[in-house]
Amino acid sequence: MVNKTYLLNTKQMATFVAKGFLRFDELVPPEINAAVMSEIDGGAIASAVAGTPLSQCYPPPSAIGQLLRMPQIEGIIQSLVGPDPLFDHQAVHVRQPNEDSAQGMHGDSIIDTRMHFDIQLMYFPHDVPLEMGGTLVVPGSQYRRINEMDIARYQNFLGQVNMVCKAGTILVLHHGIWHCGRQNKTNQKRYMFKVRLNPRVRQLRLWNTDDLPANAGAHKAIFTRDTNKVEDVQTILGRTEPWFENATGRLEIINRIKMWRFLTGDEQFDVHYWLTRLENMPENRELAA
Amino acid sequence: MSNLRQKVLVLYLANSALDSKVTGWSIYDGTGKEPHTTGDSDTPPYKTGLDALKAGWRVIQFPQLIPPYPNMEYTTSFQMYEFIFEKLEDAA
Repeated sequence: MVNKTYLLNTKQMATFVAKGFLRFDELVPPEINAAVMSEIDGGAIASAVAGTPLSQCYPPPSAIGQLLRMPQIEGIIQSLVGPDPLFDHQAVHVRQPNEDSAQGMHGDSIIDTRMHFDIQLMYFPHDVPLEMGGTLVVPGSQYRRINEMDIARYQNFLGQVNMVCKAGTILVLHHGIWHCGRQNKTNQKRYMFKVRLNPRVRQLRLWNTDDLPANAGAHKAIFTRDTNKVEDVQTILGRTEPWFENATGRLEIINRIKMWRFLTGDEQFDVHYWLTRLENMPENRELAA
Repeated sequence: MSNLRQKVLVLYLANSALDSKVTGWSIYDGTGKEPHTTGDSDTPPYKTGLDALKAGWRVIQFPQLIPPYPNMEYTTSFQMYEFIFEKLEDAA
């Protein structure tokens, strides 16, 4: 178990639940970045068998193992999928120089209706400028039920995030997020290492919950100027993405509320009264005489 | 054979009204002059679907409004308001 100072805090967790990803810029030190690039160039990153506990993967000497055993990265992993998750698969993504086109928009694997989620940890071992492409993610798309490349006709969304970053940046994704590898217009190859991890524990309060208020879902005055004045869990989960449809965007807030209830065990949690209104069934209440 | 080729613009709008905000977009150019691909632009070509009409695009598909299937009222999936436009342009 990693020291709890390395775990995510509640706002980071809420951001993950809302947007489906977290990024950590320049988290990995240059010496590990250089060692990983050597391993990639040498074809030396061997894959473990799917379903192997992560602690048994990438034994020393392994630069990828060194990276995954950094306490900051162990803290991220443990906060999202618990201690010692299962290794699912790895991939070294290589985008060739001067490509004609980008990868089509997709969600990885196949349609997946679980509340439990896997994470995909993406690692960028070298600088990725805009013209080199980088991974594109669509914030808040992780709860949309689609099957892999069925969404390939979608080229661009308002608010899409291009992973323009420095070497050593880590991107952690919910398994369902829509993404693609953008077109590489430079003369250099672009590398990205990815590993998918499955939880082995119930995903319940795995992050550092010291800052989780007991009344995080307390009702507020809604549709007022002050509803989102404080940057709390409700505000983070209630903020829609620029690409959301007007009406369906409200359903995405419902998806986030359900995920937050799942992750905290707080079945009363709500954001701005959205679910409480639906759960109000007066025929089941006894009125005082 | 004519040199005219179809250029297709797909706009994803915020609601079922053609004059609502563009939230997503794709372009396929049959003339071969514009090689569009995923993630090639962060700025929509038009602010609304109506703006595309004003620019000379012809709308060839309106999305149907289909009630949610029972028990799927809260399920989110594909973009709901996909409007398709075309232009015919000279490929020469």
